[in-house]
Amino acid sequence: MTTRQWTLNGTHRVPYWVYTDQGIYDREQKEVFPRSWNYVGLEPEIPNPGDFKRTHVGETSVIVVRGKEGEIHVLKNQCAHRGLEVCRQDYGTTRAFQCPYHQWTYRLDGDLTGVPFIKGVGGHGGMPDDFERKDHGLTKLKVATRHGAIFATEADEIEPLEDYLGEKMLKLFDRVFNGKPLRIVGVSRQRIPANWKLMFENIKDPYHASLLHVFLVTFGLFRADNPSRTEMDKTGRHSALVSQRSANPLAANAATQEMASFKEKLELHDKRLLDIVKEFPDPATVVMQTIWPNLIVQQQANTLATRQIVPAGPDAFDLNWTFFGYADDDEAMQTRRLRHANLMGPAGFVSLDDSEVMDLAQRGIHVDAERAAVVEMGGRGSEDHDHIVTETAIRAFYGYYREVMGL
Amino acid sequence: MLEIQALYTRYADLIDEGPIAEWPTLFTENAVYKIVTRENLARGWALALMSCDSRAAIEDRAYAVEHLSMTIPRRYRHLISGFAVTQQGTNAWHVTANFAVFETIEGQPTVAFAAGRYKDVIVREDGTLRFQEKITITDAASIKNSLVFPL
Repeated sequence: MTTRQWTLNGTHRVPYWVYTDQGIYDREQKEVFPRSWNYVGLEPEIPNPGDFKRTHVGETSVIVVRGKEGEIHVLKNQCAHRGLEVCRQDYGTTRAFQCPYHQWTYRLDGDLTGVPFIKGVGGHGGMPDDFERKDHGLTKLKVATRHGAIFATEADEIEPLEDYLGEKMLKLFDRVFNGKPLRIVGVSRQRIPANWKLMFENIKDPYHASLLHVFLVTFGLFRADNPSRTEMDKTGRHSALVSQRSANPLAANAATQEMASFKEKLELHDKRLLDIVKEFPDPATVVMQTIWPNLIVQQQANTLATRQIVPAGPDAFDLNWTFFGYADDDEAMQTRRLRHANLMGPAGFVSLDDSEVMDLAQRGIHVDAERAAVVEMGGRGSEDHDHIVTETAIRAFYGYYREVMGL
Repeated sequence: MLEIQALYTRYADLIDEGPIAEWPTLFTENAVYKIVTRENLARGWALALMSCDSRAAIEDRAYAVEHLSMTIPRRYRHLISGFAVTQQGTNAWHVTANFAVFETIEGQPTVAFAAGRYKDVIVREDGTLRFQEKITITDAASIKNSLVFPL
């Protein structure tokens, strides 16, 4: 167990060892992920009974599978016999999960059904008389779904998902997950060489977006002078950035003056990349929501995606993107979502800057892990702001993080 | 075949050695350029890591790589082999080939970055071979951090 102590008052300074210390990382695997509702996928990824996907809750490998009656199970990917991963594919369809080693076989709900030689062979061997198959199933996680999104937890006692999100965040969540059947556009995955928390902080920090992302700013998709707000749930663990696109995106003004790389004259050769169609009732054109401990819900232009964060040691995480639309999207909207997807993902016109910056951040943090980040844009508190020139959501996040981690 | 191979050599050179601004000249005006993962292809999902359906969009991608994106300095090195013409029409060839791309980030050793298969359609236009369709299929579902340049 780590002996690290957060000695600074407040969360406007974040000690760099939270990103590098193995003891802190190990504690996160116990205190953060197993005790929270973790996003594990979207229902249309596994539309039919027997469809499964392999994913993670924290570092833990799990199988998300649709059962015979259409219900969803989330099972730890670990044979009850000798601990092997019973699922060896990222996705597929099956009638049962069978461990290759001794062929112990599990139903879609995780119950153990088959144990070869359970009664021995020719009077030899066999399992002890008191061996009960029902005692040796795959470990089952608790599952909750909300309008097509699937969550799982190892916690025995946890509030319902809706209460966990809280009223304010649930409303924004339901804005995209509005009950209409979803259509998967596709998935992309990247291994980012940075601590998992930096991904959350990246989305919780709209200050950077109006400076780093030349593409966003130049085309007015996200700018410091756009009408915007930054808000949190009452615990501070979830947050959302809500913003509205500039009416006159290409004009230079005070907000772009300090941005060294703003390119006023820039025009796209193929303007269809940004042929944005309004599809939500409110005027917001960007909503980026972070849901503790592993989910980002993104709406930017007509690209909708979930980003699942899977930690892989203090210095790396996998980012799994699932781009989606709605089952009733017409052909024009399907094409538009594919075009707009160029903004996001491992090669995204926008998100490419972020994966590069996170790489640099992790390297830089290692220069001297005893120093601390200065997180004071927009003050030192962690209240909601009606603008995006702020790091308030990062401060709120660390308020909750310190509580959970006992730091 | 030699002429087709020369097109791929030029393609790789413009990405690996530059100038990338000239890379779009290898495509026809209404060309399709996509990088897709084997996973999405197998599942029938249309998502691409890069998706251009015009030379204009390809030009935007080339411009962004050079001028808009914040990237750590690096170089790609393409190895392309195993060419096969799978279908031949009048001044049109369906070509498959294997590719491997190595990445060298400044200050770090070279690593294998991506491998996969090209499934392309090449046409002769005003006497010059150009890509009408270039579909790059990566074997791995996961990208090592960022995909900066075209594959």
